[in-house]
Amino acid sequence: MSEHVSHVKTYWLVWFILMVLMALTVVLSRVPMPGPLNTLIALAIAAAKATLVLLFFMHLKYESYVLSAVVFVAGLFWLLIFFGLTMVDYLSRNVLGVPGR
Amino acid sequence: MATQALTVPVERENYLNAGYGVKSWLLTTDHKRIAILYLISITLMFFIGGFFATMIRLELLTPQGDLMSHDTYNKMFTMHGIVMVFFFLIPSIPATLGNFLIPMMIGAKDLAFPRINLLSWYIYIVSAALMIYVILTGGVDTGWTFYAPFSTTYSNTNVLLAGIAIFINGFSSILTGLNFIVTTHRMRAPGLTWNRLPLFVWSHYATSVIQVLGTPVIAITLALVAIERVWHVGIFDPKVGGDPVLFQHLFWFYSHPAVYIMILPSMAVMSEIITCFSRKRIFGYHFVALASIGIAVLGFLVWAHHLFVAGISAYAALVFSLLSYFVAVPSAIKVFNWTATMYKGSIAMRTPMLYAMGFIGLFTMGGMTGLFLAALGIDAHVTDTYFVIAHFHFIMVGGAVMAYLAGIHFWWPKITGRMYPEAWGKIAAGLVFIGFNLTFLPQFVLGYVGMTRRYHEYKPEFQVLNVLSSAGASILAVGYLLPLVYLLWSLRYGPLAGDNPWAAQGLEWKTASPPPTFNFDETPVVTWEAYDYDQMPKEVPVGS
Amino acid sequence: MEQQRESTTLGMWIFLVTEIMFFGGLFTAYLIYRIQYPQVWEYCSRHHMEFKLGTLNTVILLCSSLTVALSVHAIQMGQKKLTALLLFATVLMGLGFLGIKSIEYHNHYLEGSVPGAFWHMEVENPDGTHYPAPHEYQLFFYLYFVMTGLHALHVTIGVVALALIGLWAWQGKYTPEYHNPVHITGLYWHFVDLVWIFLFPLLYLIAGK
Repeated sequence: MSEHVSHVKTYWLVWFILMVLMALTVVLSRVPMPGPLNTLIALAIAAAKATLVLLFFMHLKYESYVLSAVVFVAGLFWLLIFFGLTMVDYLSRNVLGVPGR
Repeated sequence: MATQALTVPVERENYLNAGYGVKSWLLTTDHKRIAILYLISITLMFFIGGFFATMIRLELLTPQGDLMSHDTYNKMFTMHGIVMVFFFLIPSIPATLGNFLIPMMIGAKDLAFPRINLLSWYIYIVSAALMIYVILTGGVDTGWTFYAPFSTTYSNTNVLLAGIAIFINGFSSILTGLNFIVTTHRMRAPGLTWNRLPLFVWSHYATSVIQVLGTPVIAITLALVAIERVWHVGIFDPKVGGDPVLFQHLFWFYSHPAVYIMILPSMAVMSEIITCFSRKRIFGYHFVALASIGIAVLGFLVWAHHLFVAGISAYAALVFSLLSYFVAVPSAIKVFNWTATMYKGSIAMRTPMLYAMGFIGLFTMGGMTGLFLAALGIDAHVTDTYFVIAHFHFIMVGGAVMAYLAGIHFWWPKITGRMYPEAWGKIAAGLVFIGFNLTFLPQFVLGYVGMTRRYHEYKPEFQVLNVLSSAGASILAVGYLLPLVYLLWSLRYGPLAGDNPWAAQGLEWKTASPPPTFNFDETPVVTWEAYDYDQMPKEVPVGS
Repeated sequence: MEQQRESTTLGMWIFLVTEIMFFGGLFTAYLIYRIQYPQVWEYCSRHHMEFKLGTLNTVILLCSSLTVALSVHAIQMGQKKLTALLLFATVLMGLGFLGIKSIEYHNHYLEGSVPGAFWHMEVENPDGTHYPAPHEYQLFFYLYFVMTGLHALHVTIGVVALALIGLWAWQGKYTPEYHNPVHITGLYWHFVDLVWIFLFPLLYLIAGK
């Protein structure tokens, strides 16, 4: 049986950290910060929570078969391609001062 | 010889006689039977799409819009596009030849998830039935591209149901892709490393990656169109601050990689046929394999070249133009490698090879005209004209359909155990080639001198070229109908094919024709490289 | 068995990638419109989203991820009844999530922030007067309803699947050697949680200046 069996303690610890991060993100959202810092921090905390769920609850850290992790990371990368290249259009609109471009 | 052709073959167990009756087919999990089910359904949809093409070419015989109203003409080209793209081209080679051959090519008994394979076919049938219902109740007139706000607000046709049908169809595509990816990773025979894998499998793997990553985006896009139509609120609606160009971004993010879903399997077929009929190893195996992956990846980076004149920023247009030039490189690598494979090979001019050589020429022309379109200056002049139509038909018809026919002919003896009549095969291939060129070459000129696409009338000075195009279409139609006749004929009267009538390499040729239900009597152990034609006779045996 | 397990697990991960791209289209639209209308986003999030209910829902989903992970552990240990109980607990939490969502939707309907025919939302000026919300505010709520609605649909599917798997676990169908369906249904449920982890700050916690 090469399937990994985690300790129950690991799950409870991860859950506790997730709760802490969630409280943190709620509290910090109420603190005004300069620029896009609020959003960046909120997204960073969300990414941390997501990583914990992926690695521990979804066992990506322990899968001897690494392909699943590669697949998931590839999916995320593709999403970033989608965001990034679409933003190339929207962020550079009206930069030239020519109507419609 | 004549009596031999009519003899009932000795009934060894194979996938065709392992169970009779409707239930044994409709509840099968055998990938080969599912491939046949797909083959029948896709052929039906092809001829439905062809019907709409016929109506288009009939209308365009005269400059006036006299055969049908402009609204009806809109429906004709829309339904032609939708049926051909979603219900023929995207599933064609993967669902028929891919399903049939991939497990055999890797030495497996079946795909990784046989029941999901059957489910995928049923989903296709449901979506096709829904689309036929849409056709029978008046069709859609938005163009297969469903641009907002016409599709979301102003069209009076059944956009909602058409969108739902395509949404459902997407799941069929996703499940097939998922199945192929897991199968290729998990079920290769002992000794069959990635470096020994047939290029057919490499290309289908790349296709499956695109299917899995891209199809969900068209699904959500059509869902948003549906929501906007039903509840009259939406994110593409300028009245609420929405952006119609966002629709185009979302739509083309899938639909551009979709064209690579259509062409990569065709390239898969090419690698197999050209090596067999040149009696040579493929030139540059690793380059061709990696080029497939390269096409899949780069294909996702270029979608906004469909939006050059739609109002994207100038900088975005620059970026996407540059990326579009890059995406041509892996395709060109493949064409060079196939040509180099043929160089100093022992060419056998059988029907599949005729189609393959036609593919190389026509795909190259189609691809190069794509580069013209990637240039912003030229695109501004010829976009939304017949130049674009000619470009993509060169690739889709001159490329993908010819490759599909090539593959059907090449593997027909394996699938059915019978040989098709070679003379008729050559005649049909010739008619297809001549008909195709006559239909679509004039359209390049028409587009360049200004004939707009999706219009049912045009300036009188364009008529000569249009008549040539329609004449070519009628020849093309004969070329497509002929195989339907003689392939069906061969099922009963064709000579029995042996296990390997072409003396081809590949695990699928090392088992019986037609294959037994579980493909191999014993799981093969692979110790040789792919395309090892040095070990095979220099002459292709004629027929069986 | 091992090869089977790895194959179905890989299959589920590939399916989850399709779900990422499915939601991805909506996140792209969100991204574009938030950049174009930042004040609208800020106002709607601060004044018209019930962040306490949203926080409660986040807590519920995170706890449900724990219970489903524990249920996989339980079946690995052969504790069949415990597995089933943990799965049913997850189901209850999923239903709780859906209940709170319905309350939120109902409140939005009452205050007039459902886009379309029922739209009658008003924006409050700093001095306390009101004026009808401009059209762009409908964009935020359109995205809110579509994104959370699609998410809720996935929660519903997950709840049904978990209930079925829980029932079969109670009937003793799974063992430490074979519990693949529990594992991959759990993966699906964690994914549903992952989407919410991002939806929550993006919709409920947009900070003001």
